[in-house]
Amino acid sequence: MATATITAEREHYLNTDYGIRSWLLTTDHKRIALLYLALITVFFFIGGFFALLIRLELLTPAGDLVQADTYNKLFSMHGQVMIFFFLIPSIPAVLGNFLVPMMVGAKDLAFPRINLLSWYLLVLSAGIMLYCIITGGVDTGWTFYTPFSTAFSNTHVIEAGVSIFIAGFSSILTGLNFVVTIHRMRAPGLTWSRLPLFIWSIYATSIIQLLGTPVLAITLLLVVFERAFGLGIFDPARGGDPLLFQHLFWFYSHPAVYIMILPSMGVVSEIIPCFSRKRVFGYSAVALASIAIAVFGFLVWAHHMFVAGISLYSAMIFSMLSYSVAVPSAIKVFNWTATMYKGSIRFSTPMLYAMGFIGLFTIGGLTGLFLAALGIDVHVTDTYFVVAHFHYIMVGGAVMGYLGGLHFWWPKISGRLYPEWLGKFAALTVFLGFNLTFFPQFILGYLGMPRRYWQYPPEFQVLNVLSTAGSTILAVGYVLPMIYFLWSMRYGKIADPNPWGAAGLEWKTQSPPPTSNFDETPEVTWEAYNYDEIPAPEEVPVG
Amino acid sequence: MPEHIISSKLYIGIWATLMCLTVITASVAFIDLGPLNTVVALVIATLKALLVVLFFMHVKYTSEKLTKMVIVAAIFWLLILLFLSLADYSTRGVIHAGMS
Amino acid sequence: MADTPLMTEHEEGLQHQFVDMEQQRNAASLGMWLFLATEIMFFGGMFLAYLVYRYWYYPEFAAGSRSIDIVLGTVNTAVLICSSLTVALGVKAAQLGKRKTLVTLLLITILLGLAFLAIKGIEWYDKFEEHHVPGRSFSAQDLIEKYPQIHIDPAPTQIYFSLYFAMTGLHALHMIIGVGIFAFLTYHAWKGRYTPEYHTPIEIGGLYWHFVDIVWIYLFPLLYLIDRKPLK
Repeated sequence: MATATITAEREHYLNTDYGIRSWLLTTDHKRIALLYLALITVFFFIGGFFALLIRLELLTPAGDLVQADTYNKLFSMHGQVMIFFFLIPSIPAVLGNFLVPMMVGAKDLAFPRINLLSWYLLVLSAGIMLYCIITGGVDTGWTFYTPFSTAFSNTHVIEAGVSIFIAGFSSILTGLNFVVTIHRMRAPGLTWSRLPLFIWSIYATSIIQLLGTPVLAITLLLVVFERAFGLGIFDPARGGDPLLFQHLFWFYSHPAVYIMILPSMGVVSEIIPCFSRKRVFGYSAVALASIAIAVFGFLVWAHHMFVAGISLYSAMIFSMLSYSVAVPSAIKVFNWTATMYKGSIRFSTPMLYAMGFIGLFTIGGLTGLFLAALGIDVHVTDTYFVVAHFHYIMVGGAVMGYLGGLHFWWPKISGRLYPEWLGKFAALTVFLGFNLTFFPQFILGYLGMPRRYWQYPPEFQVLNVLSTAGSTILAVGYVLPMIYFLWSMRYGKIADPNPWGAAGLEWKTQSPPPTSNFDETPEVTWEAYNYDEIPAPEEVPVG
Repeated sequence: MPEHIISSKLYIGIWATLMCLTVITASVAFIDLGPLNTVVALVIATLKALLVVLFFMHVKYTSEKLTKMVIVAAIFWLLILLFLSLADYSTRGVIHAGMS
Repeated sequence: MADTPLMTEHEEGLQHQFVDMEQQRNAASLGMWLFLATEIMFFGGMFLAYLVYRYWYYPEFAAGSRSIDIVLGTVNTAVLICSSLTVALGVKAAQLGKRKTLVTLLLITILLGLAFLAIKGIEWYDKFEEHHVPGRSFSAQDLIEKYPQIHIDPAPTQIYFSLYFAMTGLHALHMIIGVGIFAFLTYHAWKGRYTPEYHTPIEIGGLYWHFVDIVWIYLFPLLYLIDRKPLK
């Protein structure tokens, strides 16, 4: 393998300037991506720490590890940290920031300084959240339901609300940057139908971020005002409607799950054709499905409220709409599978994550349809069935897509290869650990174990023990990449510009790229995923 | 962004129209039109908003289709929020078998 | 375009990530419109709350609406419309390179914005005096006595005033930010920074100001004009 690239002497975005100021005041989208990577990795482990405590408590039926109030805080903080400080930023802020300008052939995003501001807003919000955690967290659940959060909880609801309010603006500005960049800064010849599907996914995600997050922002603001000034707009004792809060909250928080999954789907759309050496089957269908998911995702929010007191007629409408949103997701799964069919498959680490994604996302998605059915939902809502459902999508789907993307683009980002055997081992560990953790939870939920309870009847213990055992294996699977990615930055084999033989503008530049991404503005004359023209690399790259 | 420059006279004309509409909407509020009061008030408000968007914000003169799409999308999304929520509120308390 | 070198000879004010000034201008404009779309959804959440509670508590909303000063509200509406005119004329002055006219119009805009805020302050003070501010000292008793023809419950009346303060408060905050933005623009305009070729900040600042005006155009009938019919 030609590893003669003199990375030590050639200037690129990592070595172009040293010192903390050059990082903290950077406007280079690639450096900002790494700043985000550091921040969200820290919070991933904080959220994971809360998860481990939850699983430890649930090893035994009795509430013997922590008190009930503490348990409420554990699952609340686990949810808030994981959603707002890991999942929502993850792929857009790390991979999106790094790749979007390169994939469209631009030197940077449309508004580099606003990009840096987005990171600082997340840092500020993370600081407030850390303060909130250290001073005892909140016990309202990540969902902040009123009037408990506004009138009865004795925890730091206002701080948590302010923190997430600020994080929301970070998210909005990132989405804004991406939409303007994709519309206005594509290289000559790069028409919409030649764009990588990752860009289509990021674009759809950005639309959700722009149109949904502001509603969360106003909702949290109203909660803060209500708690601070005793307003009463969400308090039934004073004529308010708690369901109004839920409508406003879920109007964002349901599309938010599509913010978390669409970018992962985009990553999978990049990995599958590369490791099948085939064009994506039904490119237009996949691209339009991304947009459809973004639009339809806004029409289904009250399926979180089926038993909360909404009218039966609206429940029927939302149930029907929830079924329809599954269709574009299913289209994607079919098309990825069809892409692999008769392809020349290579089971490199990114491909393992992508294939794991397809299987686990499908299970998670199908169980979502169970929940969308009113009759079944009455039985399994607020049980572990729901917990398993969303973890299959968020962890089995989104996180695996994120890890697959990190592995796929790691050579581009760092100029190094990670050790392939360790990558495969970690991927398999994650897959096994994940299923052992969460599949028992489907059964538990169906059998009736409620969520957010810190003790449970003894007959549920075996499944809970299995779940906790799985979570320790999963933790190992997550720690491994952190270790070997860091190791590879110093000791990893030096990577080619295109070790995977992948299509896409980002692979046409150096690994790591120069600060301005390209030596010359590219001009695109080929369709996306032209794998019939790109030769497969002779050897499998191993780190 | 506008390629051509709009005449000051047109701006002032729009301004005058907006002022008149303001006076009208405030005055009509004192007349009993039943449920139409709300309709009239919102129609006038929408007319005023349209004048501001089309002329003061130059949307009538822009060649950018994307600008118009963004405005339409935002309004459409707001209507989703309002109407789907109202689907719940307007059908609560309807008596039917089973759930109350 | 294939051989466009990365380092273009820099046009004045061209940021490095853009190919030319037109791309930069279009990007800025699209960025501001997208931001305004987010603002529509931001205020939209409160419009939903307003809709729901007006539907549930029409009498209390009617009474609350009567208790705020329609004259001051109408004047404030007129003030904002005038300010939108000065902003539009200001953009035109920038397009024509008339620096002094631009600065004057921007200053008048700021003054009108401050006038709006002052009047709003007077209105809020009146509400404070009448014990209509939600919270511990809230009392709807005066309205119950003043409008015996309307069946008024105290708790829902507080909801009206909660929304009144939330909506006008958030709007006023946007006005304050707008005044700040325009102070910034005025300073740079005075320094001669804006030319017929480059006046994008004036254009996008103007878009923001007009949007804040449009929010008020809706707030006015929704808050002030719910029910002003003569009572029997």
